Amino acid sequence: MIDTKSPSGKGSARRQFIVDSARMACGVGMFGLGLGLYARHATALPPAALRPPGALPEEDFSGACIRCGMCVRDCPYDILQLAKPEEPMSTGTPYYVARQVPCEMCEDIPCVKACPTGALDHSLTDITKSKMGLAVLVDHETCLNYLGLRCDICYRVCPVVDKAITLEPQTNERTGRHTLFIPTVHSDHCTGCGKCEKACPTEIASIKVFPLYMAKGQLSSHYRLGWEEKEKAGGSLVAPEVEHRYNLPEGLRYEHGKGLSAEPSAVLPAPTSGNPASGLPKALHGDTL
Amino acid sequence: MSAGTTHSLRPGAEAIASKGWLGAHKWLLLRRTSQIGILLAFLAGPWFGLWLVKGNLSFSYTLNTLPLADPYLLLQGLLAGQMPERLALIGVAIVLTFYLLVGGRSFCSWVCPVNLVTDAANWLRSRLGLKGGAHLSRNVRYWLLATTLITAAATGTIAWEMVNPVSMLHRGLFFGMGAAWLVIITIFLFDLFVMRHGWCGHLCPVGAFYSLVGRASLTRVRLPARDACNDCMDCFAVCPEQQVIRPALKAINGHPPVILDSNCTHCGRCIDVCSKDVFRFGTRSITPSH
Repeated sequence: MIDTKSPSGKGSARRQFIVDSARMACGVGMFGLGLGLYARHATALPPAALRPPGALPEEDFSGACIRCGMCVRDCPYDILQLAKPEEPMSTGTPYYVARQVPCEMCEDIPCVKACPTGALDHSLTDITKSKMGLAVLVDHETCLNYLGLRCDICYRVCPVVDKAITLEPQTNERTGRHTLFIPTVHSDHCTGCGKCEKACPTEIASIKVFPLYMAKGQLSSHYRLGWEEKEKAGGSLVAPEVEHRYNLPEGLRYEHGKGLSAEPSAVLPAPTSGNPASGLPKALHGDTL
Repeated sequence: MSAGTTHSLRPGAEAIASKGWLGAHKWLLLRRTSQIGILLAFLAGPWFGLWLVKGNLSFSYTLNTLPLADPYLLLQGLLAGQMPERLALIGVAIVLTFYLLVGGRSFCSWVCPVNLVTDAANWLRSRLGLKGGAHLSRNVRYWLLATTLITAAATGTIAWEMVNPVSMLHRGLFFGMGAAWLVIITIFLFDLFVMRHGWCGHLCPVGAFYSLVGRASLTRVRLPARDACNDCMDCFAVCPEQQVIRPALKAINGHPPVILDSNCTHCGRCIDVCSKDVFRFGTRSITPSH
């Protein structure tokens, strides 16, 4: 129909070619844009999903994981699953949900060994060094230990016992005479396996494991901790170090952690109200303000 | 078209008359055996605890000795800035060598699970006598292929794998389908109502990649008896990539009697349906054979 030999035919053939190419480029370009945005969108892991041990940071993981499911197959406890297309993360990538089945932290880490790409870092050989996530005691209002009970379950099921979670004593202000044992997570030891979240007896877990990027804060890079710097320097950084002096009545002394006491040799002033410290500044009554 | 006047039977009817039903379905049956056999090998693990093969088409490990990896997927990974482990590289080498020998798009018709879906759609389409539909260049797939590679490099992710129906179906069958069923049904309906051979023949970038891999492949469909062709058009009717037949069959510009177009999927259906035995599988060598 188009006579390509005549000048006008040649022009219209060229025109047709350009139009066709433009149509193709636009269509495919739209597809590419949509795909790219979708992919960027899915690089943030949802809070309940945890990656297997040794997983690269999320932005690298979605470029390295080829969705083969070898880690799923070699997990002896069947905790891993591959994300389905409707789930809010990269389709086909492996994850587990701690509240359903936590990681058992196999010493030989078969999931990492099975990975044919670097998506699960093969240099991870000590499972206690893995960082699948970080436990956070998310709800102080429902944690039984915070309420003054001796639940301690998270502390006791933790595979890195007494390191990843410790119980820190604190005065129970409600009763005034008991101690709260506050489960406290230490990020340098917590692997994020999720045993604590799984075992937490409250209806909705009061301690949860989140992906590291959600759970961990970071000090600004210019921050220095004075006490650490002092230790590193082997002495005070502001010389000379001034010893703190208390403005106390004669015959009394104050020691950190012990409170007030009478100087052994001193003769106390005659008690006026039965309280040895009644003449003291108010701030020092009972060691509290 | 004068073909309508020579006969009005379904494609392959003459071949069934001359070669018998089995003879006229030999390659089709072998192909279905291959496709279903591969699926069963993967399913034996999750269904019966018989772990012949672990993984899926992205990467698989057969009997803990044979690694196979998808070169297209690992290329996207490389472009995203990630290096695979040694086992995956060995797997890629094996797969590339295999398809260089048997023809890249053999993957499409002998391995890919989506082919079962699109073949079913096409079968139903011809049974229902559905004609026409949308038109699209068969080169769109190469544009899509380029787009997936660019997207991988631009986003640092294997973006295509988030929507790839091929791996979605294969992975889904062994690891859980979820909404992947909807994607597969969409492809079925698209091929049935919107475009004949729409997905595999026009759009799929996986097939486009394998066609590039197979450009120099050794195995080809040869036409040693092309002079015997009686223009019944049955081969055109069954071929999923019709454009590949004509140059070789009609000796266009002195084309040798071998299908050299890398989009031939080596499905062998033309061999089945030809009552004159024009076609057979052979090698690409251009030496005349009679």
